[in-house]
Amino acid sequence: MDLHFGDSKPTDEERAAVDGLLGPPESSWEGADRSDADLRWARGGREARDRRDLLLPGLHAINDRIGWISEGALDYLCRRLTVPPAEAYGVATFYAMFSLKPRPATVLHVCTDLACAAAGAPELCAGVEERLGLGSGVSVERSPCLGLCERAPAALAIKAGDPVRTAVSAPATVQDAVLAASSPDSAPEEPPAALAVPQAGQDGLMLLHRVGAVDPSSLDDYRAHGGYTALRRAFELGPAGVIREVTDSGLVGRGGAAFPTGRKWQATASQPDRPHYLVCNADESEPGTFKDRVLMEGDPYALVEAMTIAGYATGAHRGYLYLRGEYPRALRLLEHAVGQARARGLLGDDVLGQGYAFDIEIRRGAGAYICGEETALFNSIEGYRGEPRSKPPFPVEKGLFGKPTVENNVETLVNVLPVLTMGAPAYAKIGTGRSTGPKLFCVSGSVQRPGVYEVPFGATLGDVLTLAGVRDGLRAVLLGGAAGGFVRADELDIPLTFEGTREAGTTLGSGLVMAFDDSVPLPRLLLRIAEFFRDESCGQCVPCRVGTVRQEEALHRIVERTGADAAGDIALLREVGRAMRDASICGLGQTAWNAVESAIDRLGAYE
Amino acid sequence: MTVTPLGIPRRMLEFTLDGEEARVPEGSTILDACRAAGKDVPTLCEGDTLRPKNACRVCVVEVEGARTLVPACSRKAEPGMEVRTDTERARHSRKVVLELLASSVDLSTTPKVAGWLQEYEAKPDRFGPDAARLNEEPKIDNDLYVRDYDKCILCYKCVDACGDQWQNSFAISVAGRGFDARIAVEHDAPLTDSACVYCGNCIEVCPTGALSFKSEFDMRAAGTWDESAQTETTTVCAYCGVGCNLTLHVQDNEIVKVTSPHDNPVTHGNLCIKGRFGYQHVQNRD
Repeated sequence: MDLHFGDSKPTDEERAAVDGLLGPPESSWEGADRSDADLRWARGGREARDRRDLLLPGLHAINDRIGWISEGALDYLCRRLTVPPAEAYGVATFYAMFSLKPRPATVLHVCTDLACAAAGAPELCAGVEERLGLGSGVSVERSPCLGLCERAPAALAIKAGDPVRTAVSAPATVQDAVLAASSPDSAPEEPPAALAVPQAGQDGLMLLHRVGAVDPSSLDDYRAHGGYTALRRAFELGPAGVIREVTDSGLVGRGGAAFPTGRKWQATASQPDRPHYLVCNADESEPGTFKDRVLMEGDPYALVEAMTIAGYATGAHRGYLYLRGEYPRALRLLEHAVGQARARGLLGDDVLGQGYAFDIEIRRGAGAYICGEETALFNSIEGYRGEPRSKPPFPVEKGLFGKPTVENNVETLVNVLPVLTMGAPAYAKIGTGRSTGPKLFCVSGSVQRPGVYEVPFGATLGDVLTLAGVRDGLRAVLLGGAAGGFVRADELDIPLTFEGTREAGTTLGSGLVMAFDDSVPLPRLLLRIAEFFRDESCGQCVPCRVGTVRQEEALHRIVERTGADAAGDIALLREVGRAMRDASICGLGQTAWNAVESAIDRLGAYE
Repeated sequence: MTVTPLGIPRRMLEFTLDGEEARVPEGSTILDACRAAGKDVPTLCEGDTLRPKNACRVCVVEVEGARTLVPACSRKAEPGMEVRTDTERARHSRKVVLELLASSVDLSTTPKVAGWLQEYEAKPDRFGPDAARLNEEPKIDNDLYVRDYDKCILCYKCVDACGDQWQNSFAISVAGRGFDARIAVEHDAPLTDSACVYCGNCIEVCPTGALSFKSEFDMRAAGTWDESAQTETTTVCAYCGVGCNLTLHVQDNEIVKVTSPHDNPVTHGNLCIKGRFGYQHVQNRD
């Protein structure tokens, strides 16, 4: 590898941002001034290249400090990490939160996705754009779902500097959003996470019982509320015992694919190749989903404990927590929690004095829905473009850094705590035969009490909507997110289990329940979904890269049409959709057409 | 004495290909088996000298029990597998993929694609006159080769050839995302400001003519490019001792481009700037 760098130099601030992450450069090979000693040795080879995974954190460091990434800054980062500038440019341009062109230090992300669009995002955008025009020092960007659907419409302000400042405005008025953007420090404090849990404080909650009851920054408080009993139990059982418990509990993945967790752990644990890695997928980006955010903000230590257990069971000594870039509060709380756990011997070389070494590293996403796909997430952590890999080989065999990796969603991991504390048989009794345990649902849209709800598997859609106080005039419900499907208002008896939704020809997905009334024109909603997938397609395979564009074009054409006028384009949508489902590399392309198809077939969207 | 390397003996495995028994060495892909059986499966992003990227999805086939179609170019054959290459489902996906490509990319210099469009009854026009296209202008920033990304199907082959699979120059990468993704050097700068060493190994693997010799590009623009009037002569490069094979493409007694045989066990079709572009002295008649 013979790297070629341009002539652009970083500014002092850009250099400081990178050095803040990587430490000062040791030689001119890494971008320091050249000394005589540098002439007699060369830094290169595998050792110089093995920090490639710090590329994404490095890009964040620059973007956080300056607000955008200049040629000089990118060049300097590449020198420090021995990364070819063209590849780093490819990575930086992959993420929506980075800009390679100058922009104001403050960026206001205004969510224009499903729940926010129904709650007045277009007016909010127009109002904010009018107030924050050129010269205001704020760049307003329309954003996909920010995961604040219970407080729609939402806006997130990020002001670059040292340190970077963020402010959330939700539910946002033009006034609030402008205030958050112009002075994030003086914006009102976000309400606590418990406000997103209407059931907070109720008896019988298993996953949410600590949300609102504990101080999310206090480890003592967490332990006083039953924290770390599951980890102690895990050490009693031993790794194989933990896997047996998890397998017997019937726990399946909550991220959408519903794969049996015990089987995944067993498959990873039995791989002879070392090291093993644990990855927690906290890149919660499915429009309308915010359960993982609420868990992480309300009970961060639970995730730290659950990751430790998962690492112990699968023989991993390092866990990566890949957190969505748009979740600044969760980041703050989790960084604090990991630090506290480390300081108290709950992470580190000797966890709980049991001779087991485990540590957690938090990696931040940068605005790419596709990075929630398990293999795309590996590429993102490794410092490559977040493009999905083809399977096989599967992650349990060759995952992160090519090593056996177990990757679980936040909610899945947090479920391991009750599995161990109450025991597999008791846990397996909850729910239905094939869907065991409690499940979180993100209810938003046309309901009185939007938020995260915990119910045992087996509750019907109607039950969940009643809990949230569904409003009159219900027209349709979106299940499972943009990659999920619509159901009609008269289908509320669908049981919200994996098998129940499958039998009803729909999906549980990530546990999203979004209610729509008559006030939202369905074709506009479908167009927004299509725009979302067009924007979020990584571009690797043809069916998804071009198919999502053709679908959006067709939905645009028929936004005001019905019946025979729309029939030709609907036929086109079906044909393209079928090829996307059959021939795309990953789940994004395969499911991108699901919601639109269900709206046509079930709701008669264009009749 | 000449020793022919035989390699490690490979076990044969059996599976069903379109209802017939197929026997292939372990590690073969479905595409290898199809080709051995004389079946024509279209491919675009597959390269005989590169690891399969399976990005174009035009080679998809149906495997019994699989939820989705699988790319023949990268999926390894497994014992007992039941593969069908010509089902309605596979043909449908190929047809749509060809339509999606032809409606967004200039495929006028892509070999064989016209035949496939016909065979699969693809109608790229049906997306309407307003269907988004790449709309790229050719990038002519050096005297040796042209990058016409209006013809780029984003197969990643040039990136792989420039990167760790062959040249290790890493001058280009995919930049941007989705439909806006393009092959670019850092900051979309001209090639002359990049790490490019002008080996032309990216041109060698480009399946669509998006990358072409400046000489070919100019002759096409002038309407004088005529492949039927060209001869191909494979010879040995005279520059250094490696002894790479060059295939000289000659039209009207002028070298118009240089390729290299992909089955050469040493170079696998790769050359350096001298072998690829340094041929002017041969035809200097002064």
